[in-house]
Amino acid sequence: MEEQAMLATPLAHAIGVWIGALLTLMIFSFLYKDNPFYKFAEHLFVGVSAAYWMTVAFWTTLIPNLFARLWPSSMGSVLPAVADNQREWQYAIPLALGLILLTRLVPRIAWFSRWAMAFVIGYAAGTNFTRYLQSDFVTQVQSTMVPLYEPQATTMATIGNIFSQIVVVGGVICAIIYFYFSKEHKGGFGRAARVGIWVLMAAFGASFGYTVMARISLLTGRMDFLYQWFTGANW
Amino acid sequence: MAEPEKKVTLIEKLGSMDRRIIFLLIGLAVLIPIIVKYSTSIPTSPLVQTLFDKVESLPPGSKVLLSFDYGPSTAPENQPMANAFARHSFEKGHRVYLMALWATGPRQSEQLIEEIISVEFPDKQYGEDWIHLGYKAGNQGLINTLLSDFTAMYTTDLDGTAIDEFPMMEGVESLRDFDLILGLGSGFPGTKEWVQFAGDPGDIPVGGGTTAVMAPLLFPYYPRQIVGFLGGLQGAAEYEYALVKQHPKFGERSRLASQSMGPQAAAHLVIIAFILVGNITYFVERARRRKY
Repeated sequence: MEEQAMLATPLAHAIGVWIGALLTLMIFSFLYKDNPFYKFAEHLFVGVSAAYWMTVAFWTTLIPNLFARLWPSSMGSVLPAVADNQREWQYAIPLALGLILLTRLVPRIAWFSRWAMAFVIGYAAGTNFTRYLQSDFVTQVQSTMVPLYEPQATTMATIGNIFSQIVVVGGVICAIIYFYFSKEHKGGFGRAARVGIWVLMAAFGASFGYTVMARISLLTGRMDFLYQWFTGANW
Repeated sequence: MAEPEKKVTLIEKLGSMDRRIIFLLIGLAVLIPIIVKYSTSIPTSPLVQTLFDKVESLPPGSKVLLSFDYGPSTAPENQPMANAFARHSFEKGHRVYLMALWATGPRQSEQLIEEIISVEFPDKQYGEDWIHLGYKAGNQGLINTLLSDFTAMYTTDLDGTAIDEFPMMEGVESLRDFDLILGLGSGFPGTKEWVQFAGDPGDIPVGGGTTAVMAPLLFPYYPRQIVGFLGGLQGAAEYEYALVKQHPKFGERSRLASQSMGPQAAAHLVIIAFILVGNITYFVERARRRKY
C-alpha cells in the first residue's frame, strides 16, 4: 500500500503538471484569437476560484470562528481543541446577520438583506475613514514637509536632500494646482498647473513601467513552467 | 478608369503591424533567455537595503509575521520574496509566523514549507521556530481585530491545534507583540492595509513585498510609515543579492528572482524598441499629413 501511495504521488504530480500546461496553452491561445479552448479554460478558472475561496473560508473562518464558538462540543470531531470550550452566545449576532444576508436569494424578502449590508458598509466606512485619513492624508502631509537641513548630514547629502525636497514639495503643490478648477489656469497659476501635468505624467510613466515589469514577470513564470513541462523537468 | 495602386511604405507597414507579431516577439524575448539560462544580478537599492538591515539587526528569537496576501497568479513575483524573507529570518534565528489575508495564501505558504523550510531548515521545530496560522476572512477588519486581540481570530493553527499549545505563541496577545510584519501582497488587502491598519496605529515596523503593479502605491509610505519593501521581481532580486552578499552560504539556491531578471531585461528591450518604432511612425505620418 505504501509503495502504491509513493507511486501515486509522482503520478498525480505529473498529471497536475500536464493539466496546468494544457490550461496555460489554452489561455495563451487567446493571443491568436478568441476560441472555444480559451473560453473553456476561462470558465473553469472562474468556477474553480469561486469554489476554492468558498471552501477555504468555510473551513478556516466559519467553522473555527463561528460554529466552534456557538456549538463547541458539536465541532469536537472537526476541531478537538475547542470541544471543551464554553459556548459564546454573542456570536449568534454575526450568525443572524449572515443568514439575513442570504435573504437576497428570495426576491420577496430580499430587502431584509440591506440590514446586514448596512452593518457591513457602516463598519467598513467607519474603519476605513479614520485609517485612510491618518495614514494617507495626515501622515503624508507630514512626510512631504521634512526639514531641509540635517546637522549630521554631509554637504553633498544636504544639497541632495534640499533638491529632493524642493522637487517633492513643488511637485505636490503643482499637481494639486492642476486639480484646482475654481480659478482659470492662466499666467503663473497656469504654468504651475502645467508643471503639475508633467509631475502626473512622470507618476503615470513610473506606474506603467512597473506594470510592464509585473506582466513580464508573470509571463516569465508561465514560460518557465511550460519550458520545464516541455523538457519534462517538472513532471 | 482604375485608380493607381497606392504604394504601402515601410513606415505604414510598421504603423499597422499585426499585434500578434508583437506577442510573438515578446514571447521569444522571454523564452530564449530561459533556454540559455541568461540571468542578471541587481545591486540592492536603499529601499530594499533598509528592510534587509532591519531583518538582519533584529535579535535572535524576534517575532516576524509573514503574511501571504497573494495567490498562484502572482507567485512568480511574490514567491521569491517569501523564499528570501524566510531564508533570512531563519538564518538569523527569528521565529516566523505564517498567516494569510487571502484564501489562496496558505497554498503559497505550504509551497514555502515544502521547498524551503523542510529542505533547508529541517532542524527548525514547528510550534517553536515557526507556525502556520492559515487564512482568516475579514480583510482589513481582520488586521484591526488582530491589533487588539490576536487570539480572538486565531484560536487554532491551520491543522486545528489549539493556539496556546505552541510555545512560540506565548506572549502573543496582539500584533504589537511582533517585532516585524512582512506583508507579501498583490492587491487588496495587502501591504498597504498592513501599513494603514497595523503599522501606523500600532507603531509596529512594517515591511514587505508587492507585485510591481502595486509598488507605486507604497512609495509614499517610505521611509516614515514602512521600513522598506520589495517592488516586484526586481525588488526580490535585489533582496536575493543582499542575502547572498551577507550570507554566501545561500549562493545559487537563492537566485529564483535573479534568474527571472534575464528574460525581464530582454523583454524590456523589445518593448522599448516597439515604443520607439511606434513613436517614429506616428511623427513621420503626422509630418506627411501636414505636408499634403
